[in-house]
Amino acid sequence: MPTDEERRQIDEELKKAAFKQGACVDALKIVQRHRGWVSDELRGVAAMLDMTPDELDGVATFYSLIFRRPVGKHVILVCDSISCWIMGYEPVREHLKRRLGIGLGETTTDGQFTVLPISCLGACDHAPAMMVDDELYLDLTDERIDEILEKYR
Amino acid sequence: MTEKPLTKNIRPGRAPLSLKEYEAVGGYLGLRRALKEMSPKDVQKVVTDSNLRGRGGAGFQTGQKWSFVPVGEDAPRPKYLICNADEMEPGTFKDRLLMEGNPHQLLEGMIISSYAIQADVSYIFLRWAYKVAAARLERAIAEAYENNYLGKNIVGSGYSLEMYIHTSAGRYICGEETALLNALEGKRATPRSKPPFPQVCGLWGKPTVVNNVETLSNISHIVSNGPDWFKGLSVSPDSGTKIYGASGRVKRPGLWELPMGVTMRELLEEHAGGMRDGFRLRSVIPGGASTEFLAEEHLDVKMDYASVQKAGSRLGTGTMIVIDDKTCPIGAIHNLEVFFARESCGWCTPCREGLRWAEQILLAIENGEGEPEDTGILEEQCRRLVPGNTFCALAPGAVEPLQSGLKIFREDFERHIREKRCPWK
Repeated sequence: MPTDEERRQIDEELKKAAFKQGACVDALKIVQRHRGWVSDELRGVAAMLDMTPDELDGVATFYSLIFRRPVGKHVILVCDSISCWIMGYEPVREHLKRRLGIGLGETTTDGQFTVLPISCLGACDHAPAMMVDDELYLDLTDERIDEILEKYR
Repeated sequence: MTEKPLTKNIRPGRAPLSLKEYEAVGGYLGLRRALKEMSPKDVQKVVTDSNLRGRGGAGFQTGQKWSFVPVGEDAPRPKYLICNADEMEPGTFKDRLLMEGNPHQLLEGMIISSYAIQADVSYIFLRWAYKVAAARLERAIAEAYENNYLGKNIVGSGYSLEMYIHTSAGRYICGEETALLNALEGKRATPRSKPPFPQVCGLWGKPTVVNNVETLSNISHIVSNGPDWFKGLSVSPDSGTKIYGASGRVKRPGLWELPMGVTMRELLEEHAGGMRDGFRLRSVIPGGASTEFLAEEHLDVKMDYASVQKAGSRLGTGTMIVIDDKTCPIGAIHNLEVFFARESCGWCTPCREGLRWAEQILLAIENGEGEPEDTGILEEQCRRLVPGNTFCALAPGAVEPLQSGLKIFREDFERHIREKRCPWK
């Protein structure tokens, strides 16, 4: 069930929505912001949106950035689309693997980082690029990646 | 000195103009003029006469798009105007610049456009990754409400409009205009069948127009300066300026606002500074991942809708991806098809299964496991994944680089298969 705080924030979004279902992506994001991910327990949230839990799950599983499995404290999204691929996506992925000991879709054993691939981040003139949580990092090199990881440890 | 209306007030590396600063350089004068001196029909006519074509990639005439919206007392309400800011076409980063660099220019264009179709509510459908744009747009919208450019009775004109930002949660398909409508309604973002077209039956069944960020950013300038001025900006039959871009191994990747119709050669050699030392140009994807590869012989093609089409590709978003001689073209095509297969919404079988199949064959060829008949299978996929066989334009767009790649890089395909390895590895 949603907590009181989650409920309050979802209610704020519902005020802006012409129909309750229109707020469902915002509601899922609110849950994810508080818990890190969205578990199977969707019933309470779905009820607030006049949706069935299955309908809400259908939306939740559609989006790549609604996490339906637990993720680490920080989520690293590595752009693997064409411009970044040309400019060195694979070396970035391999360096992250060396430093963190995990591949795509995995979480470090200390729960600190999850690494995921992401489609074009719209930073093609500064490829290769990645995001850590809400922050965008550009023109990545091995040294730069080490500096970035240090900030989140 | 050519005029650059879209970017002249963008200050790289600095905060965008506040509302007061924007007003000081002539901002919101176009809005005042449109709402106080012009009828909605007048605004539509100016935009139609300007021959502004949609900058999201399809190039549909903006004025014509608006003209299908029912008007008058009997028109269904509320009506909606949506700014498609779900920029996610690989290799495309132009709308980011416009939203981060001059959010009020976009808002002014949206308010005028909403007035032209008598919309009651407007949305900015923003992609999740554009965090800076989101914050700057939120601030700009708040300023616009404080100064009565949004809300009730805008600048005393009698016209009222509400504006909201919807931030998405990923998925390329959300940029398809009918999938975008389903996304805003809180459904799975699968496309809808057309007709009915959104202008008649769109968001929650009401008349809706969806326009791209760059398209809308042009509107205030067209209203302020007139259609002839707008036509005069270009060096081709397509009006206006265009935000062009280049990425890949060029010396200066970036974005440039230039007259519509400059050549690829000018873009690549003068603005992008040519290839990086040690790299040769092999091919160009002219307008985002879903456009056909062009070869070096096409460098003198003008970057306007008709000229690029004549050369066998599409202008698309006008942001070029440069393929160099040290990059394996099969690997590049595989990368593109990985994207499209992943981003297929799964709604129709040909796209869901066909793109994955093509991607797997390409992977096999790249890994030295290709068979001689594989190029024939890929060609067949390209013939089958065409409009009419698929529900929307995603799969037909996805096979544009594949079918052109099979022609331009024929020898590379055959060499991978013959030698059972990637010569670039």
